[in-house]
Amino acid sequence: MKIKNFLSLEWKASFRSASFGKSMAIKVLMGFFGLYFILMFLSMGFGMYWLLKKEFPDQNPLLIVNNYLFYWVIGDLVFRFFFQKLPVMSVKPLLILPVKRRKIVNYILGKSIISFFNVLPLFAFVPFGSILIANGYPVDSVLVWMLTVILITLCINFLNFIIESFSAQKELSFLPVIALTGGTFLLNYFNVISLTNVVAQGFNAIYETPGLVVIPVIVLAGLYLFNFKLLRGALFLDSGGLKKEIKEVNTSSMEWTKNFGDIAPFMQLDLKLLWRNKRTKSSIWILLIGLFYGLFFYPQSTYQGLPWFFAFIGIFVTGIFLINFGQFIPAWDSGYYKLLMSQNIKYEQYLKSKFTLMSISVIILFVLSIPYVYFGWKILLAHLAAAVYNLGVNTHVILFTGAFNRKKIDLNQKAAFNYQGTGAVQWLIGIPLLFVPMGVFAIFYFFIGFEIACLVLAILGVIGIIFHQKLMKTITKKYLESKYKMIEAFSEDN
Amino acid sequence: MITTSNLSKTYSGKEVLNIESLDIPKGQSFGLVGNNGAGKTTYFSLLLDLIQPSSGYIKNNEVTVNKSEDWKPFTSAFIDESFLIGYLTPEEYFYFIGELRGQNKADVDALVAQFEDFFHGEILNQKKYLRDLSKGNQKKVGIVAALIGNPEVIILDEPFANLDPTTQIRLKGIIKDLAEKQGITVLISSHDLMHVTDVCERIVVLEKGEIIKDLKTSDATLKELEKHFAGTVLSEE
Repeated sequence: MKIKNFLSLEWKASFRSASFGKSMAIKVLMGFFGLYFILMFLSMGFGMYWLLKKEFPDQNPLLIVNNYLFYWVIGDLVFRFFFQKLPVMSVKPLLILPVKRRKIVNYILGKSIISFFNVLPLFAFVPFGSILIANGYPVDSVLVWMLTVILITLCINFLNFIIESFSAQKELSFLPVIALTGGTFLLNYFNVISLTNVVAQGFNAIYETPGLVVIPVIVLAGLYLFNFKLLRGALFLDSGGLKKEIKEVNTSSMEWTKNFGDIAPFMQLDLKLLWRNKRTKSSIWILLIGLFYGLFFYPQSTYQGLPWFFAFIGIFVTGIFLINFGQFIPAWDSGYYKLLMSQNIKYEQYLKSKFTLMSISVIILFVLSIPYVYFGWKILLAHLAAAVYNLGVNTHVILFTGAFNRKKIDLNQKAAFNYQGTGAVQWLIGIPLLFVPMGVFAIFYFFIGFEIACLVLAILGVIGIIFHQKLMKTITKKYLESKYKMIEAFSEDN
Repeated sequence: MITTSNLSKTYSGKEVLNIESLDIPKGQSFGLVGNNGAGKTTYFSLLLDLIQPSSGYIKNNEVTVNKSEDWKPFTSAFIDESFLIGYLTPEEYFYFIGELRGQNKADVDALVAQFEDFFHGEILNQKKYLRDLSKGNQKKVGIVAALIGNPEVIILDEPFANLDPTTQIRLKGIIKDLAEKQGITVLISSHDLMHVTDVCERIVVLEKGEIIKDLKTSDATLKELEKHFAGTVLSEE
């Protein structure tokens, strides 16, 4: 088996996947994100030299940059831990073919080098280095410095996989990396060990004595070999990367859901769904991010003067779960949709359980967001109006759009790459849910006033709540109409 | 109990099922055999209203299945793993199905307890999710779940596949018992001719979507089926 065969497999895998067409939009969006980062890094690379020269005229820009490389290393490490995974699973069919394991391992590791994460830093460091050379820095030294940066990027690349392989099987797998990077950051911050200096002096030394570049080369080789050993040992069905992890289950009877009457069985099912699948667990974590979203804006005085913006944040903060969970109704249940459809269930109860779950989340999130009143009572008022709007309008809107859902979700899939696709789509679907109320709010705010704008949002919400029964009937009808299409779509493999 | 009339299913111009008429009386154990693509699963899916017929209809106890949902309370099925909920334990799954079919926990426990032999100690109290069970054990759960709630019609697609020999023999006992003693109409499909002839009173052979044989099981049936399928292999070669 030659490299050519591996590459052709790779090519077919990406272009023949059933979801290729469907996920095109996501890819385009991801492409834009990628482009955005590239532009950011490029402008950083081109602007850095002049900016530093202007701000610190008596210092050497290169030395300043070297001083900050430590933060790049740990930042990169954290970022990669959450977003970069070694694609081990895809080689399972190769194991029994006459291909040397050594080759497979080299292929997986080699492939990881051609990653966006490794290319991105080049967009900053290459222009920066070129400008240094143009400004009379010694060519060979700068080139070696750039080489070192690339070597360190690759070191981070492989170090990340090592960290991952050691923490993958554990609950709260992100703790080790947070502890490691947080620990080094704190050690450095409180000057116990000045790692900033260590890294900076390392780079400076290599810059001055190019021969020292062998040190990162040796480190890189060491990390590669370590990865090689780990991965080679992991290419068995009962170990490491290919193993199916089975955890012991803790069950609880959740008797309290009985208070919800006839929707109780579905409520229990939904709660278990949320808590027991990796895919859904991540949406619980997003709750935290959503709840603190306001902190990005409210402390800044710019946003304090923009009250029409409060409604947007209010919808987001109180509706983060609604948006996150709601957009995949009924796809969450796609794996056993045939079962539900052949059982003696009332569709309305099924949907009502989802509705109840989302409503409760809005109320809880509103209560948790009350401390934002610290930044002004107007914020609390806007959040309250937004919460009512979420309860009355957005819940129904998102349930309704669910009837058009034709994309299966594989709950069992562990690949963390799922999160990325999800994130992009979430934003796309979030737009009508977020921007319509924001627009309505802004219009009334500019023409009449803040209180009236809040009132309008709340009234819209109350209207939705009043017509809840009727709306649910319409929504249920829509779901029944698309029953066969959904069953068909959900039984297709992606 | 189940009346099929002028039923056909067409996918983009290609007919995959065409049954002019098929009556399955109450309490019959009915077997459906045929090679891959013969239309067995299509027929069961139509019976469960999971796909729509291109023409004709199926009546289950006088209820036209694609018009009304009133057949659901007395009909249950296990077609494939997509009838299982992977993130539940077997017990939770049984209770969930039980609740949908109006059975309380005690009812479900009592029913499930009868199948301890069948489970062979690998299902209950294992603290494992269904998705982490082996294929065979998943199948056992699905089959037993289809028995919850006193259904009058039970549909099992390929119930013997993936099961170990001991379990196959036990399952045969269970199915026979359902039809003979409890008067339940049982529909199964299988590729294993021996099992079907052991279990079913009546066997229908499908080929390319059409019924080509409708046999009342006797001592000669197995031979006849074997001859038939050996014949189709020869004629296709």
